[in-house]
Amino acid sequence: MEITAIYYLIPALIMFCCGVYGFITRKNMIAILISLELMLNAVDINFAVFNRFLFPEAMEGMFFTLFAIAIAAAETAIAIAIIINIYRAAKNIDVRSLNEMKF
Amino acid sequence: MESVGSIILYFIVALAMIVFSVLAVTTRKILRAATYLLFTLFAAAVVYFMLDYEFLGAVQIAVYAGGIVVLFVFSILLTSKPGDNSERLTSKSRALGLFAAVAMALMGGWALVSRCANFVAKPAMQTPDMEQIGTALMGTGHGQYLLPFEAVSILLLACIIGGIVVARKR
Repeated sequence: MEITAIYYLIPALIMFCCGVYGFITRKNMIAILISLELMLNAVDINFAVFNRFLFPEAMEGMFFTLFAIAIAAAETAIAIAIIINIYRAAKNIDVRSLNEMKF
Repeated sequence: MESVGSIILYFIVALAMIVFSVLAVTTRKILRAATYLLFTLFAAAVVYFMLDYEFLGAVQIAVYAGGIVVLFVFSILLTSKPGDNSERLTSKSRALGLFAAVAMALMGGWALVSRCANFVAKPAMQTPDMEQIGTALMGTGHGQYLLPFEAVSILLLACIIGGIVVARKR
């Protein structure tokens, strides 16, 4: 049995679809952020897989994944700072109850 | 032809990735969702190791499993009581989410499977060593990444300052 690129792409696709499902159905802001991380990770895996299987002499996909990880870390830190600030102001991080800009 | 060991490892990792990512979005306890996310990230790191990107796997473990998940756990403990469940989904929102996810899975899966014959076995590759990675990050020539490297460092600085400004006590 040969393990080709599709054997890695299908689990990544399922991971991405889980992220989409969670992003739509979850109401807690941190849970939405967790779903977002799942989607980002699935895309990172795709970059690495295409780099490895189609262009093994280049390193573009690897570096794209590296920078995507760095940006995802920055984005998560800022998002969590905003969520904690919202919790301090509204005592709640449910997206349905946050419908005013000014508390 | 792959060795039997790597095929078994592949199936364990693929199964772990699918099962834990499904659990991470369906469990009703938010702390458990963060834990399942951690396992999914570890599975992704193992995938990077299997693809011979050792540096990438190490970065994945250090940044995601060591940094982001800890951040998630802290913020979960700050914003919710341990042990309380999220409320049950209404059937409307669940149907909507399932529709979007299944439609995307079918579309992407069809696009992948219909091109299945184009995918070939893993070509031989030399694992990029630290010297290659460092040279590529520190140069301005073709296939070198000094500008994005500096842009990311400024982004991280802005992120530090922004995090302090947004979350400080007023």
